[in-house]
Amino acid sequence: MEQLSGAEMIIRCLQDEGVEYVFGYPGGAVLHIYDALFRQKQVKHVLVRHEQAATHMADGYARATGKPGVVLVTSGPGATNAVTGIATAYMDSIPMIVLSGQVRSDWIGDDAFQETDMIGVSRPIVKHSFSVRDARDIPEIIKKAFFIATTGRPGPVLIDIPKDKTAPSVKFPYEYPKKVKMRSYNPAVRGHSGQIRKAVDALLEARRPVIYTGGGVIQGEASAQLVELARMLGYPVTNTLMGLGGYPATDRQFIGMLGMHGTYEANMSMHHADVVFAVGARFDDRVTSNTKKFCPDARFIHIDVDPASISKNIRADVPIVGTAEQVLSDMIALLRQTGEKPDAKALEAWWKQIDDWRQVHGLRYERGSELLKPQQVIETLYSVTKGDAFVTSDVGQHQMFAAQYYKFDKPRRWINSGGLGTMGFGLPAAMGVAMAYPDATVACVTGEGSIQMNIQELSTCKQYELPVKVINLNNQSLGMVRQWQDMQYEGRHSHSYMESLPDFVKLVEAYGHVGMKVTKIADLEPAMKEAFKLKDRLVFMDIYVDPEEHVYPMHIGDGSMRDMWLSKTQRT
Amino acid sequence: MRRIISILMENEPGALSRVVGLFSQRGYNIDTLTVAPTEDATLSRLTLTTLGDDQKIEQITKQLNKLVEVVKVVDLTEGAHIERELMLIKMKATGAQRAEIKRTTDIFRGQIVDVTGTVYTVQLAGTTDKLDAFIHAIGEDQVLEVVRSGVSGIARGEKVLSL
Ligand SMILES: Cc1ncc(C[n+]2csc(CCOP(=O)(O)OP(=O)(O)O)c2C)c(N)n1
Ligand SMILES: [Mg+2]
Repeated sequence: MEQLSGAEMIIRCLQDEGVEYVFGYPGGAVLHIYDALFRQKQVKHVLVRHEQAATHMADGYARATGKPGVVLVTSGPGATNAVTGIATAYMDSIPMIVLSGQVRSDWIGDDAFQETDMIGVSRPIVKHSFSVRDARDIPEIIKKAFFIATTGRPGPVLIDIPKDKTAPSVKFPYEYPKKVKMRSYNPAVRGHSGQIRKAVDALLEARRPVIYTGGGVIQGEASAQLVELARMLGYPVTNTLMGLGGYPATDRQFIGMLGMHGTYEANMSMHHADVVFAVGARFDDRVTSNTKKFCPDARFIHIDVDPASISKNIRADVPIVGTAEQVLSDMIALLRQTGEKPDAKALEAWWKQIDDWRQVHGLRYERGSELLKPQQVIETLYSVTKGDAFVTSDVGQHQMFAAQYYKFDKPRRWINSGGLGTMGFGLPAAMGVAMAYPDATVACVTGEGSIQMNIQELSTCKQYELPVKVINLNNQSLGMVRQWQDMQYEGRHSHSYMESLPDFVKLVEAYGHVGMKVTKIADLEPAMKEAFKLKDRLVFMDIYVDPEEHVYPMHIGDGSMRDMWLSKTQRT
Repeated sequence: MRRIISILMENEPGALSRVVGLFSQRGYNIDTLTVAPTEDATLSRLTLTTLGDDQKIEQITKQLNKLVEVVKVVDLTEGAHIERELMLIKMKATGAQRAEIKRTTDIFRGQIVDVTGTVYTVQLAGTTDKLDAFIHAIGEDQVLEVVRSGVSGIARGEKVLSL
């Protein structure tokens, strides 16, 4: 058998897992690993400028491809810098492996140089973690880590590796395990057939049904099944912020995103529904508003791989633990086999009601003023990219405008930090996508606040020639914060104004990229077309938009799904 | 409602901190906690008591089951069960009190395990209620120190918590 050092084993395991990229940053505790990385070609390393960006890049890569993202950081500050990105991945159930260096095992606990208890620090934000006690265990640990990260409800797994366990002089026989056996971890059970029958019955009895789907459909690769089932039934479909693209947004049955900034018709439909069919969604507080007033007439059918997500916030009448793909397939098969159909009359009346809602208060904004409206920029982005780009976003108003106005027809195209809401996510995530799909069109919709949280990555983009198109909706303010201050604090803009903004065009030029500044409506489309024509270049479009604009609809705090502000002056 | 949750988990470093961390992270309380290896040296048994309604306990159980190192979780209070807690209690014991404490200890079927001229140390096992009742009977102002093991529990009858 081949003899390898701990460090060599780590890299060989990554090769055997089929890992293409490792996103990382070197330091003392991981030097042996970096040396092993240097002496091979198969696994490519991407050097970021800040470890947070390494985690977001790995995350973006994972969201776009469905494969786990791999991160390598050194002990202490390298590892703590990665914390925000690990938490971001954890909240959105993204498969990720984080290899973090650690001080020599005989120094652990002595407050050694660059020692941080990463197992302790990361505990609440990882699916699981391992610490390497014996280098011989490395292959098994890595195998288990990939297995845990990618199965069941996916999530980040951290492996803490003391430096002495990677020493080049100490070699062990290497063999990568073919299978993992863990008596205490058995994910992905099959949905119970009796429950599936009940769910189908409940759906068929419904007179005002809504299919409400989330990130589970995207992560669980169940989009095709969702479309098929929804078409068979003819029921309206709404997606969460994490679920966009799970159902084609240009389809007639799509009623938009739901929740805090969901469409009027989606939120109204939920409120009046008699059956809510939740698939891979978790009744998050950004969706439900006040759970006591949530969907007063509805029975709930809930499919999720994670039993703990079921009946956590909203009690399920028909709970089904299983993967969305399998359960939906079984439901389709059952419907086919019995040939049962929903009540056409009731459905027609329900659609008439929904179309009325859509007519009266569908998504809209005021145009025509001097100032560019952020919504207009997203609409232009949609038309210029023909609706076929990967769009990542940061966090704020621009994120909500992108979610509302870019119509995602395919899964994995919309990439944002929904659960944690991490400003600084957008650019590195877009880089991860560009790394995975070098020929794809990748846009990062951001704000002048968020982009400055990881702007140093423009340097990484130069090094690896990542032609991301950065769409900076520059409203010269922390717009989302400002909106809340307008609505709840009588317009007292406490520290939500971005003073002394850099000249973004000069800044990106200094990094070696192309910058464009757009201030007029007439310039927007031509400039954007030009930007996307520059296929091999990163183009940063600094687009000045109306700072006064608010995101609507917006749930009224502590209300029901139908309680919304529709504009600055109009409410339901 | 008070619950006794029994957990079988991998006897590995870090497993305990994950269980305890879960409780603080998700805002559940722990009243008592005991943990030790089982007859199978690769497994530890952890017993804890907590307060919560059915929905809360359901969430706690599901979240515990999600921990990779947790092998099995049961809520002992759901069925017939036996619970015991061990207490070592040190009391002032002078004059007439000495006989009084001895009598009370006998009634509660405890044992005096250490004696000085002024102090008795008693060992007592039983349910939490029984231990509370003993302290009450002795009188709180007599008590110098109390050490309790936390609740251990096991199901009645043939039911066994094992792999
Ligand atoms: C790391 C981090 N810090 C703070 C916040 C709180 N926050 C949410 S939106 C927002 C403003 C974002 O400003 P900008 O990026 O300019 O976007 P805009 O809302 O103006 O479109 C802030 C500060 C956050 N989500 N993430
Ligand atoms: Mg802004």
